[in-house]
Amino acid sequence: MPKPEILDPQGKAVHGALPRLGFSGVTDVRQGKRFELEIEGELTEAVMAEVEKIAGTLLSNPVIENYAVHVAAASDEVGA
Amino acid sequence: MRVGVVTFPGSLDDVDAQRAVRIGGNEAVPLWHGDHDLRGVDAVVLPGGFSYGDYLRCGAISRFSPVMAEVVDAAGRGLPVLGICNGFQILCESHLLPGALIRNDHRKFVCRDQRLRIENARTPWTSTYDEGAEITVVLKNGEGGFVADEDTLDRLEGEGRVVARYLEVNPNGSMRDIAGITNEGGNVVGLMPHPEHAVESLTGAGTDGLGFFAGLAEAVLS
Repeated sequence: MPKPEILDPQGKAVHGALPRLGFSGVTDVRQGKRFELEIEGELTEAVMAEVEKIAGTLLSNPVIENYAVHVAAASDEVGA
Repeated sequence: MRVGVVTFPGSLDDVDAQRAVRIGGNEAVPLWHGDHDLRGVDAVVLPGGFSYGDYLRCGAISRFSPVMAEVVDAAGRGLPVLGICNGFQILCESHLLPGALIRNDHRKFVCRDQRLRIENARTPWTSTYDEGAEITVVLKNGEGGFVADEDTLDRLEGEGRVVARYLEVNPNGSMRDIAGITNEGGNVVGLMPHPEHAVESLTGAGTDGLGFFAGLAEAVLS
């Protein structure tokens, strides 16, 4: 997500569209990105550390964005 | 002087940058994003465009290209590097320059003849200008809003590292009207407007941009 103090023109554009569509009461919109990474094998601490590194170096720019990593089970059962 | 101009997939202004380098009296050496060496060049230009389609964030993927590992390394040893527009974005993503470039505050692509003030004439790229010189070059960007935290902005201004500032109009929401900055060493310069499009009177707004390419030899060899 863009950091709170960083202007988010895309979020502003979405926010501006809401009243035109008849939606009221939304005071702010901020637009971010979501990446889904599929991991091979078990999700060990070492793998999580790696994922954090990916999030902090490539997927986000720490100068302007914050990120959070969430773990979710793959929808289809893991075969191995 | 041999000046490398890097072409990334999606670079747009690499040929214009090469031409500007030649008109400025230097030899242009084409470099490719996959290169693992800089072919002994004396300086590097990262041109404008949409490297890697601007996917993820502008410059985010280019930062990890093989040639950038070489550029980062050489910049650390004092090699003059000029990043224009997308090149500026790549320099910020590479952490060679502080801050970041985000979408224009008005959300529209901007293309105009932009008036600038050169505020730091001590870099190898700006040494032909007088400090305070006012020039007009083309500006064209969609994500040219320079942002950084207040401490960083204060430091940039305090250390005289704002190379160029927008005059008359702030075209993209850049903080403190900043159009270009340099690193601590003064050898790496990032600039959102395009001096390489202002080197011949036949096209563009004039020849005010030529100075970025004409003073290199003197600045480096002196």
